[in-house]
Amino acid sequence: MIFGAKHRRGHQGFFALFEHLDSTVDACKALRAAGHKGFRAYAPLPEHELLEEGLALKHSPVRVFTLAGGLTGAATGFAFTSWTSMDWPLVTGGKPILSIPAYVVIAFECAILFGALSTVIGLFINAGLPNFRPMVAYHPECSNGSFGVYVTAPPARAAQVKEILSSHEPAELREDPEGFDV
Amino acid sequence: MAAADLARRGALPNPDVRKYEDVNKAVLSVLSRPGKGWWFLFSIAVAGVGVFLASWFYQIYKGIGVSGLNAPVGWGVYITTFVFWVGIAHSGTLISAILFLFRAPWRQAIYRASEAMTVFAVMTAGLFPLIHVGRVWHAYWLVPYPNSRFLWPNFRSPLVWDVFAITTYFTVSAVFFYLGTIPDLAAARDHARGLRKKFYQVISLGWRGTDREWHHFSKAYIYLAALATPLVLSVHSVVSWDFAMAIVPGWHTTIFAPYFVAGAIFSGVALVITLAVPMRKFFGLEDYLTVKHFEAMAKLCMLTSLIVLYAYLVEYFLAWYSGEPPERGSFWNRVFGHYWWANWIMLTCNGLVPLMLWFRRVRRSIAALFVISIFINIGMWFERFVIIVTSLSHEYEPWAWGLYRPSVVEMGILLGSFAWFGFWFLLFTRLLPPVAIAEMKEVVPPPKRGKGAA
Repeated sequence: MIFGAKHRRGHQGFFALFEHLDSTVDACKALRAAGHKGFRAYAPLPEHELLEEGLALKHSPVRVFTLAGGLTGAATGFAFTSWTSMDWPLVTGGKPILSIPAYVVIAFECAILFGALSTVIGLFINAGLPNFRPMVAYHPECSNGSFGVYVTAPPARAAQVKEILSSHEPAELREDPEGFDV
Repeated sequence: MAAADLARRGALPNPDVRKYEDVNKAVLSVLSRPGKGWWFLFSIAVAGVGVFLASWFYQIYKGIGVSGLNAPVGWGVYITTFVFWVGIAHSGTLISAILFLFRAPWRQAIYRASEAMTVFAVMTAGLFPLIHVGRVWHAYWLVPYPNSRFLWPNFRSPLVWDVFAITTYFTVSAVFFYLGTIPDLAAARDHARGLRKKFYQVISLGWRGTDREWHHFSKAYIYLAALATPLVLSVHSVVSWDFAMAIVPGWHTTIFAPYFVAGAIFSGVALVITLAVPMRKFFGLEDYLTVKHFEAMAKLCMLTSLIVLYAYLVEYFLAWYSGEPPERGSFWNRVFGHYWWANWIMLTCNGLVPLMLWFRRVRRSIAALFVISIFINIGMWFERFVIIVTSLSHEYEPWAWGLYRPSVVEMGILLGSFAWFGFWFLLFTRLLPPVAIAEMKEVVPPPKRGKGAA
């Protein structure tokens, strides 16, 4: 869990609110072309055009968490049932001590359970949630109908950032004298 | 997906919904408007929960003898209702996970409510094993740990599988449900004031809708859906093995797993219809839950009703074809024996009434669907009653046959379970956005400035 805003010393922050998806995508492309990296785009929905074209986001490491969790769960399910059966070998119903087909059910459920929980952990780690920092670099319209872009830049590049953002007709352009890490 | 394609597949809400802001406004206004009708229903639910708890406490105080359970029918209304609620729980994950993977765009409007229904139905179902075991203070014996002689539970037993299946299902569906609401809770937070804002601030986990959050979120959502899909199919299969693994005539068949899964989806979708019709009316969500959505659900009911009807007929045929006197006797008893009425209610409600869904006019009439869905709910409860009670009452030895009559306490708990479910569902409609805001926006054309603008 994250509390407290993280200032970036000597940087300025710019928040641009856009009404249109395509201008947001173009602004992100322009920022990337100008060599800016640590900027954030805000959207009210997972818009693929923005994520894939505008920001060129590729694979998410969450899938590794899912796979690792699922495999761990399956292994745990099998190990648990086998070990407890071997711990006190007692034949019931004339079935083998290690009744693998029956244990598949338990292993399957454990695989799903562990896989799902570790997916959530993977999401939280990668997306930085829960995030209880003050909502400084944010605009409530971004959960409604608008898109946003937040850039932190050193003073030397501040003018360039401002120019890029304002050239894409933002509905609102806010300047923070102090930039934040977002 | 192009807008025309979405419209053809029944995804788009009413064409009047053009902007993202409209979705927020319509859905969030539901949260801030507790009308008289809501308070009326809520007070009925609270009273019903009172009946539920009073009946249960009476049973705990007096002992399980106050139920009608006795030899040979040791599983009665409690297990019937348990299976009923687990079945209800299936449509939520079906609509949210399976239809998500199949890219069926009509799910968007309906999935939040049905997922909530899933979570609350499992919460209801989970109480019934505790009620049924009688001495509820020993309920922790269900947890797999070694007893005082260091003997572990028998993992070959379907009842132990069931504990794993239901716990996993509850955890995963609750996580899936909560995760899906996070972006919408953030929207509610930005809209709310005062104490409500504080509440949403905490439970939205500080969601901001950044590219980083959305990127990992949408991927995590796909993986969770991919995990939940086999889980849905497995849970009711495992529940069916509680019966099918036993050698009771009427239970011991291989058809049980697919038959139960189809029945679960059938009953679950029916209850989604039952709940969505008043929700749409009370909360003015007509633009979002359109006739097309109801028609799609009706088609799902039609398909699953045919599977279930087929399973009933196959069971009768195979009982006859097996040539086994106990098996034949069990099914003869089902149709013409003491519980004939339960069987005929089941066949009428699940097999005959849904045949009306073959007519397009019926599928597109909300009122007709509402009535049919109630028939299905009743029929599916009786299906489980027929499977459980009639089979147990008529096993192998004629001197061991016996009848079962549910007691008043059991009826109180059965009716109270609906109130318990309704209690949570009503709270849900007040506290969480009942329609998925962010996902609805995916089927609304995005605002564009340049060419291709809407």
